[in-house]
This record gives sequence, C-alpha cells and structure tokens, in this order.
Amino acid sequence: MTLHAPLINYLAILPFLFLTGAALLLLFMTALTRDRLSTRVSSTIAVSAALGGFVATFVQWFEVDHHGATTTAAHAIVMDGFSAVMCASICSSLVFALLIAHDWQGRERFNGAEYQMLALLATSGSVLMTQANDLVLVFLGLEILSIALYCLIAFNRRRYKSSESSMKYFLLGGFAAAIFIYGAALTYGATGTTNVTSIAYFLGTTHLLHPGLLLAGGGLMMVAFAFKVQAVPFHFWSPDVYEGAPTPVTGFHASIVWGGAFAAMIRVMISGLGSQIDTWRPIFFGLIVLSTIVGACFAILQGNAKRLLAYSSVSHSGFILLGVWTGTAVGVSAAAFYVLTYAPVVLGSFAIVALVGGVGDSNHELEKYRGLARRNPWIGFSLSVLLLSQLGVPLTVGFNGKFAVLAATIDAGNIYGAIVALVGACIAAFAYLRWTTGLYAAENLDQPALVVPWASRVVITLAVLYALVFGVDPGLLTSIASHATLLFQP
Amino acid sequence: MHSSLFLSGLLLLPALGAVVALLVRKQEGRSYVVAVATAFLELVLSVVVAFTYNAHVANAQGFDFAYSHVLSPVLGIAYSVAADGISVWMVVLSALTVLIALLAARDRRRESAYVAWQLLLLAVTVGCFVAHDLLEFFIFFELILIPCYFMMVQWGGEKAKAAAMKFFLYTFTGSAFMLAAIIYLAVLHQQQVGGALTFAYGALAQVTTSTAAGVWLFVAFALAFGVKSPIWPLHTWSPSTYAEAPAAAGIELSALLSKLGAYGLLRFAVALLPGVQRDVRPVMLTLAVISILYGSFVACTAKDLRRFIAYSSLAQMGFVTLGIMSGSVIGTEGAVLLMFNHGVITIGVFALVGYLERRRASVAMADLRGLQGPMPVFAGLFTLFMLATMGLPGLSGFVSEYLVLIGTFGTHAWWALVATLGVVGSAVYWLWAYQRAFHGEVSTADASLADVSHAERNALWPIVALVVVLGVFPSPILNRLGPAVTSIVSHVATTGVSK
Repeated sequence: MTLHAPLINYLAILPFLFLTGAALLLLFMTALTRDRLSTRVSSTIAVSAALGGFVATFVQWFEVDHHGATTTAAHAIVMDGFSAVMCASICSSLVFALLIAHDWQGRERFNGAEYQMLALLATSGSVLMTQANDLVLVFLGLEILSIALYCLIAFNRRRYKSSESSMKYFLLGGFAAAIFIYGAALTYGATGTTNVTSIAYFLGTTHLLHPGLLLAGGGLMMVAFAFKVQAVPFHFWSPDVYEGAPTPVTGFHASIVWGGAFAAMIRVMISGLGSQIDTWRPIFFGLIVLSTIVGACFAILQGNAKRLLAYSSVSHSGFILLGVWTGTAVGVSAAAFYVLTYAPVVLGSFAIVALVGGVGDSNHELEKYRGLARRNPWIGFSLSVLLLSQLGVPLTVGFNGKFAVLAATIDAGNIYGAIVALVGACIAAFAYLRWTTGLYAAENLDQPALVVPWASRVVITLAVLYALVFGVDPGLLTSIASHATLLFQP
Repeated sequence: MHSSLFLSGLLLLPALGAVVALLVRKQEGRSYVVAVATAFLELVLSVVVAFTYNAHVANAQGFDFAYSHVLSPVLGIAYSVAADGISVWMVVLSALTVLIALLAARDRRRESAYVAWQLLLLAVTVGCFVAHDLLEFFIFFELILIPCYFMMVQWGGEKAKAAAMKFFLYTFTGSAFMLAAIIYLAVLHQQQVGGALTFAYGALAQVTTSTAAGVWLFVAFALAFGVKSPIWPLHTWSPSTYAEAPAAAGIELSALLSKLGAYGLLRFAVALLPGVQRDVRPVMLTLAVISILYGSFVACTAKDLRRFIAYSSLAQMGFVTLGIMSGSVIGTEGAVLLMFNHGVITIGVFALVGYLERRRASVAMADLRGLQGPMPVFAGLFTLFMLATMGLPGLSGFVSEYLVLIGTFGTHAWWALVATLGVVGSAVYWLWAYQRAFHGEVSTADASLADVSHAERNALWPIVALVVVLGVFPSPILNRLGPAVTSIVSHVATTGVSK
C-alpha cells in the first residue's frame, strides 16, 4: 500500500506558514545567540510575519475573486472569501497585539522572544481555525491556539493572578477541547466523515432515522464553541481570565482567539450542519438572549476595567450570534463584518488599559481612570471614542457592526432576538458611559500624566482613526464583508 | 428645483466652524469669535434657504434642495438630504438657538472646546432636520446625545454627571427600538418591492404594513420621539437635565431637543404609518392632554426656575403633540408653528434664567422675591416671554396655540375641550411664579442686584422682535409650511381611510 501525500495549494496556507515560520525562526535565533534576544528584534520579526500574513490574505482574496474558492490538502483546508477576511482580521489584530505587548515588555522588563513566539503560534492556530474544513483540523487549530494561550496567560510569573487564571483557563479549556473532540467523534459516527463539506453532503442526501448521535455530536461541538466565544452560560471563566492575564494577552484574547473561534463555529454550524438549522436555531436564540442581557447586566456591576471589558465581549458575542443565527450568506457576512468592526477597537481599548495599568500591570480599577481626560486629553478622547464605538454610537464603526447584524437577523425574521439584543445594548451603554464620564471628572489632577510609548501611540491612533473613518463611511468594509462568503452555504 | 449644495452647506458649515474654533484655541477668545461668526452665517444661510424654498418641485412631495449619495449599497447606508416647509423653519430655529446661546450665555471655561461642541450640536441637529433617509436621520438623532452629554459632563456641576447619564440612557433606550422599527420597515420594503436594501424616506413611505405590525412600529417610533419631546410619562429625564445643564447647553437642550421629538413624530410616526393613525390617535391625544395638565400642575410646585421651565415645556409640547395627532391641517400647522414659537420663547426665558444665575447662585423659587425692584428691565423681558407663552393675543404664542385648539376641536372636540383647561393652567402657573419671584419685598441681599447689561439685552433683541412680529404676522412661516403639512395630513387621511 502506498501513501499518497495530498496536493497542497501553498497560497492557501501562506498566512499560516508566515506565522509558524517566524515562530520557528525566533526559536532558532534564541537558541543560537548567546544573550537573550532583544525585544526590539523579536517584535520586528513577529510584526513583519503578521504583516506578511496580512498581505497574503489579500493575494488569497484576489485569487478567490478571480478563480473561486477552493479546498486543498485533501479538502481539509479551505480558501474562500470568508477565510480570507477573517484571516486578514486576525493577522492585523496580531500586529496591534504585538505592538501593545512590545511596550508592556519594556515596562515589565521581560526581555526575549518567548512572548512573540507564543503569540505567533497561538495566532497560527486561530488562522487554522478560520480555514479548517475538517473537524480534526478545527481541533488541531483549537489546541495549537489554546496551548500557546495557556502559557501566554501565565506569562507574568511575578503576578499570582496570572498563574491562577491560566490554571483556570487550562482546566476549563481542556474540558472544552475534550468536549469538542467527543462531539466530533459522535458526528463522525453519525455521518461517516469528519470533513465539513462531506458532512453537509451526507446530511443533504440522507434522511437520518435516528438522529440522536448527530444531535449529541453537534450539541457537544456547539458547547465547545460557545465556551470559546464566551457565550452565556459558558462564560464563567472569562472575567477571571481577562482580569488575571497580562493586559496585552487579554487584548489578544478578545480579538484573535475570539475571531478564530467564531470563524470555526460559523463554518461548522452553517457549512456543515446548516441543514439542521431548525434544530440549533432555538439553542442559538437562547445563547443570544442570555449573552446580550447577562453580559450587559454584569458589565454594569464591574469596578475593574478588564472585567468590564470581559463582560462587554460576552455581550458582543451575543450580537455576533445574531448573525450566525440566520444561517444565511447575509448573516455570515454581517458576522464577519462585526468581527472586523470590533477587533481593532477592542485592541485600542486594551492598549490604553495596559498603559493605565502601569508597571506591575495592576491599576485596573475604574477609579484609576477618573480624571484621565484632564491629565491626558488625547488618551481620554481616544478611550471615549473607543468606548462609544463599543457602545454602538453612530458614526463610529461599532454602530455599523451592530446595525449590520441587526439588519441581517431582522431580514431572516428574528425580530425578537433583535429587540432583546437592543435592550442588552442599552443596558451595556450604562457601563461604558460610567467609565467615559469618569474620564472627565476633575479628580486625581495631581497625578502625573501617562507616558505613552510610540508603539502604543500607533495602536491607539490607528484604532481611533479606524473607528471614526469607517464609522462615517463604512462602504469599503461592508463591500469586503459582503464577499466574505463560505465555500459551501446550504 | 434648487441647488442641492445648500443643505450640505448648512450641515458642513458648523462642523467646519467647530474644527476652526479648535484650531485657533491658542489665542484667547478667538474661538468664541469664530463660533459666533459661524452661527451667524448659518442663520443667514438658513434664512436664505427658508425664503428661496419652493414647495412645488415636481414629484417631490414638497421636498426641495434634494441630494442623495449611497455610501454603502450593501447595508443601504446613504447620505440623502432634502427639506420641506417644516424642516426649513426648524433649521432656522436651530441656527438661531445656537447663536443666541453663544451670545447670551458665554462661558469662558475651556471656551474653545465648549463652543466647538455647540457648533457640532448645531451640525447634527440640522442633519436631523434635513435628513431624507431614515437611517441617516437615526444616526443624527443618536449623535445629538454626544455633544449634549459631553457639554453636561464637562461644564455642568457635580450633579450634572448623573443627570447626563440619565438623559443619555433614556434617549438611547428610546431610540434603540426605533432602530429596530426602521430596519423592519426597510426589510419590509425590500420584500414588497425588491431591489437593494434602502432607507430612503420616499421609498419607505410606500410600504404597506398590517395593522398589528403598524401599531408596533408606531409604538417604537413614539417611544423614541416621546422621550425626546417629551410626552408624559416619558418626561422624567427632562427636569434634572434642564436643572443641571450649563447655561448655553440648557438653552439648546430646552429649545431644540424637544422640537426634534415633535418633528420626528410628525415626519415619521405619522407620515410613514398612515394606516394606524385612527387606532393610535385616542391614546396619543390622551397622553398629550395629560402632558398639558400634568405639566401645568407640577410647574406650580417646581422647586426652581429651571425645573419650572422644564414642566412648562412639557405642557407646551403637549399642545404640539395634540396638534400633530389631531389629523387636521390647521391643527398640524399650528403645532409646527408652536414648535418654532415655543423654541424662540424658550431661548429667551432660559437666557434670562442664565442672567439671573450670573448674579445670584440660586434660582430656587423659595429664594426669589421682589426682583422687579432692582431689575426692572429683566422683569419686563420676563413678562413679555411669559405673556407670549400664556398665549396672549398679539404675541407669537397665541397664534399657534389657537390654531392647535381650533384644528383639534374640528376633529377631536373632547380632547380639545380638556386641553383648553391647559391654557388657563398656564396662566395660573406663570402668573403665580411671577408673583412669587418678582413681587413683594425684596431681600436685602438681592436689593443690590444689577439689572441686565446692554450686552445681555442686545443678545435678546432678535427674540423679542420675533415674539412680537410673529404674533401679528405669522404668514411668512405659515405660507411655507402649509403645503408640506397639507401633503402629510391628506396622505394620512386618504391612505388611512382606504384601509
């Protein structure tokens, strides 16, 4: 018996190769140099790789535009509009996350390339999840992402909370991974394949007399995805992990991990199990209601900026689920658009949170933000814009994201889900506003103004520009997102 | 058809003015000059637009100066402006309000930022009035919150922060449901007509809804506009907001924001949903009458002058709602005229309260006594505005209130009858407040209060002139808003009956 290696379209895995290649390069360089690699060198290499991946997604985009979506590596990897858009979002988020981490490493005196390596590897897992067309590959991506992430969360050994939250995330994440693989196995049992497209084909052509196995398999996978995207009631880890992790890692989590998990969820649930939509829609509806309302209500109660942003991302997950709920192409592109609108904004917010956190990464109470706009007018203004964008105020990009998923979901007939989500947004508005109001209080004026290093300055400025420019004219982003279609859409 | 550049100019001018005011912030007082000049130019331009407006543009239902540009075909986001006889006067009112607010309530604390926010408020308010696309209107409508919120938070007192939060959350929540309604209408339009998703006013006006859906849509719109207007029982944000806002922002909030609510009610909740008007009118008219009576009653017990104005506005806006929901041309014309007149008078009253606050820390009713002695001119101006609000014949308030009551009486006599009690009520609470504050023995501390200065007096001349002139000669305004009002009311009447 001869084993045939599958043909591989290298363009399809180019972003992945960039990221893992850079991680390996850094690994070798660390091994071959006598001193610890300076953060400057490692950051430069990592940012270049992330930019390379970002550019590669544009090549993929044009390839898909001209020659259509394809699969490669024995149909396990897919290159379609959706994967290209999500990949571009993840790679650009990595650039931001690395720049934030660069300043943080300087403050905390963490020299070396370990952080960059781990971040690159975690991101490569996330990229793999956007492109995985096979449940096994989804699992691989999930694990590459998670294992690197466990280390990243525990990265700050001087902070007790860092290790504690890593342990928490490790235990729960391990369970989630196990639940996912069990679900994948059951789905394989029910359909005879792990390939997402083949599952869809099987379900489209076969009438299952006893769908119990499939229901159990799909349900378990859904639980695992809900865990990763922090949908209520699978969100309990997120505030603790957001608070405990080093702030750059929290930002990384809120954009890159979140985006990858949503991409995989959308592909598996819609491409693979789209024919079962009537079964999973009610469950998603429940997730939407719980996430938007519970996330918003708990966000109000928080006195800690990072915990507040954790609950805020829970409620944002609820909004994206509105797009997933539809199961339509419009809904998918709206969900992709939402990720595009949220990731840079949340990274910009975390850049400021990291700065306010200061040396030791510990000043995260909302009290510490009082009077910030009086001391650092530009930072105060930026944080206001970024928070108002998350709130969903018009002329910021966040409004357009919310608007897109609401339009998609109302179009698909989910008017009640839309109203519930809007109520959630109104509740969450209080949390953002309280924070913003505090910025302008005439207090703490005697404290010194924050020093803003150049990398953070770049991230914050770009995030604010992004929020405002695409808030005023979202035409470019929406037209990109409208082409973010899945290879297979039932 | 007039050039489409006028409205975009009206929109851009204050925005540019705000940027320039920020750019020249280094020189003391320069941004103030820029702001006043911008507001003055805006007023001139808006008056030009109002007087060149032509109601008889072919196939435009009274809309002139139209311009449209699609920004995102996928989401249906578009920039689309047009003005009819109602909006042109609202634009004039907006420019006038901000100009007088700048002149009468100058605040030198971080002045450049303050005037920039005021100019931005002017830009987005004008945007609301000229938007010819529902989503665009919604965007401007929500954006109003931003300048108001930041002006209150940064220039108001410590209690202003809580008031600003309340104001923001109330209005934000109210309009959230409107967003759902707007999207629902657009989706419905797409399903009925096909083509791309669009929020254009003209397109969505053709949507037909079932009665049940129509009522829900109306409720969603009415919630948003009822909060802004305000209509009882959605008014509870307004007293604290009026009380805590800094002087200039207070003028703008009280004179402009309420008009936005009433404008939206007429333009969207009434004109877009003709089929359900007969079902919702009794409810809305009843709420309007309650607003009138409740506002009059509570105004008698208001703790300070600012809250007094808030409740008086609630009563006056009740008359506006009454006229809009009356379903008669005369009543609706009166309502729109009342929006303009009440706006103008409120600018005057609120500016006077600001003058008083410059002289004494408190404007609490309990502290004010015998002000007529030391401040005769102040008392005279106050009397004029008071009489105008009460609806004294010969002053501007009379014409509009009279038209509202006449129009409503023709269609819904009982409500008009009860509302007439509100006219008496307004005389009661105004005169009583006047007696308490201006008559009697002046306290020793207040005996040395200076009367209004020349600068303060000059800032209010345009208001005085308008109050008197529009009382005897309202036709320039009525002539222009007539066709627009008739088109809306007759559209509702014909479409509403056929269903």
